[in-house]
Amino acid sequence: MNLRQILGKIGLWFAIFVVVSPAILFFLWMASLSVKFEVDNAAYPPVFFPERFAWKNYADVLASNRFLTYFINSLVVTGTATGLAMLVGVPAGYGIARMAAHKSAIVILIARITPGLSYLIPLFLLFQWLGLLGTLVPQIIIHLVVTVPIVIWIMIGYFETTPLELEEAALIDGATRWQVFLHVALPIARPGLAVAFILAVIFSWNNFVFGIVLAGRETRTLPVAVYNMISFDQLSWGPLAAAALIVTFPVLLLTVLAQRQIVAGLTAGAVKGG
Amino acid sequence: MKAIAEVTPAAADPAPGQEWRPPTYWPFVVPALVVVLAVIVFPWVFTIWMSLNEWKVGSPTTFVGFANYVRMPNDPRFVEAVGHTLLYTALSVLLPLILGTFAAVVFHAKFPGRGFLRGVFIMPMMATPVAIALVWTMMFHPQLGVLNYLLSLVGLPPQLWVFHPGTVIPSLVLVETWQWTPLVMLIVLGGLAAIPTEPYESAQIDGASVWQVFRYITLPLITPFLFIAGMIRMIDAVKSFDIIFAITQGGPGSASETINLYLYSVAFIYYDLGYGSAIAVIFFLLIVAMAALMLHLRQRTMWTEIGSGA
Repeated sequence: MNLRQILGKIGLWFAIFVVVSPAILFFLWMASLSVKFEVDNAAYPPVFFPERFAWKNYADVLASNRFLTYFINSLVVTGTATGLAMLVGVPAGYGIARMAAHKSAIVILIARITPGLSYLIPLFLLFQWLGLLGTLVPQIIIHLVVTVPIVIWIMIGYFETTPLELEEAALIDGATRWQVFLHVALPIARPGLAVAFILAVIFSWNNFVFGIVLAGRETRTLPVAVYNMISFDQLSWGPLAAAALIVTFPVLLLTVLAQRQIVAGLTAGAVKGG
Repeated sequence: MKAIAEVTPAAADPAPGQEWRPPTYWPFVVPALVVVLAVIVFPWVFTIWMSLNEWKVGSPTTFVGFANYVRMPNDPRFVEAVGHTLLYTALSVLLPLILGTFAAVVFHAKFPGRGFLRGVFIMPMMATPVAIALVWTMMFHPQLGVLNYLLSLVGLPPQLWVFHPGTVIPSLVLVETWQWTPLVMLIVLGGLAAIPTEPYESAQIDGASVWQVFRYITLPLITPFLFIAGMIRMIDAVKSFDIIFAITQGGPGSASETINLYLYSVAFIYYDLGYGSAIAVIFFLLIVAMAALMLHLRQRTMWTEIGSGA
């Protein structure tokens, strides 16, 4: 290895460090804040590695019985909204891809451009009129605004690339279109299903704007609950940071574990809801 | 196979020659169509109708025509919000584009742990925005925040960050840039992967510098991807809500109130749903207009590129 190559290597690793450090340092600092006692969090100069760890911060957040309610709310809203989106979105992606109905994708595009708040005004009135406010139903329905376009968009892309020959052969053998979809197209598109599912889950889980308007005290999802902690209940940083980390931890874990699927999905559709 | 199919055609299906006739796939699309009509199309139509009415929660509605639209240019808070939005958007498109391109060039190189580090790098954009905003708020704290400590390490004076009207928008753009540079990186990385290797080989033979290679080979070839990234970034930056709302609620005063935040206040704090709907319509048209403008600029630059023989 000559000098030029060694310098190149050093330069590359320096560049990698520069590029990745803002993300790493931020999340490390977040973790640090969450395990420190108030004394250490208020210290100047800041303490990065505390001598005593305040695991109590986590225990406090997890032990409050409201937290469990909000966690279940988040699970129900994200789970149902994603499940329904897969149920209607996957066949739709298939249909649109096979019909080559590219113009219909314009609805998805409009959904992508529209600010989330503009859905909220009319739907808020509708939910009020239907007497649904105070239940989780309004949030599940409005999360479909996020999840359905993601699923349809990604599945169009996947079904367009799956080979038609197999489906054609199955049809000639007398299978119905539904059977072809279920037994031929769907198994081939399994990677696409994973991508659509993961992204729909993440963007629904992260959604905040729908919750602040539609959620009542009992129906908050985790992001809304954390936001309310800032404004009302909590002033000490340790438990706040712990709560923030708990909320976003599943997403961070999923991002690192399924980064290949996430990257594929984001570069294919570059979709983000809300 | 074919012969058998012709003798005994499947009952539900048309003859093989007509199989890919479009309408037959409609049943697959219908459920999603119902959902889309209910949660996307209906709200849009209803929003337009509401925007033509004086519509406040708890009082009777009256048709007022375009009065809500006329109100906007005469509403100083709205006009100010448009200014904030444009500044915020311009910075939040430009900075991630520059940094994201740099990051993409770095990630295009082969090195051990690349996949894992790419996963770490995209964590900011996947993380829950409210959770991130909360930690940034702590980091921005003028006395106890870690950012002022970092500034003091390099000899810079402490800042008030999001707590001062003059620095609140750049500070929020810092968060937005940190959060969304990864998306630009991913799109540009896709572009880099599509570049053929021949130009680089001949450039190496000619002894071109790293910068020359980037400027005259890489950059022109990734321009279409930069354009897509810029477009997506623009749409997201204009609509940015979570980060601004969770960190500043539009403050201090209304120094960081963008159109989206003002829309929230009008609709869900003052419950002026008619005016809120009108703002939503104009907001949407503004985003479409900006996207159209970018497309137009792109077409013009494409012509000049062809014109200059590049």
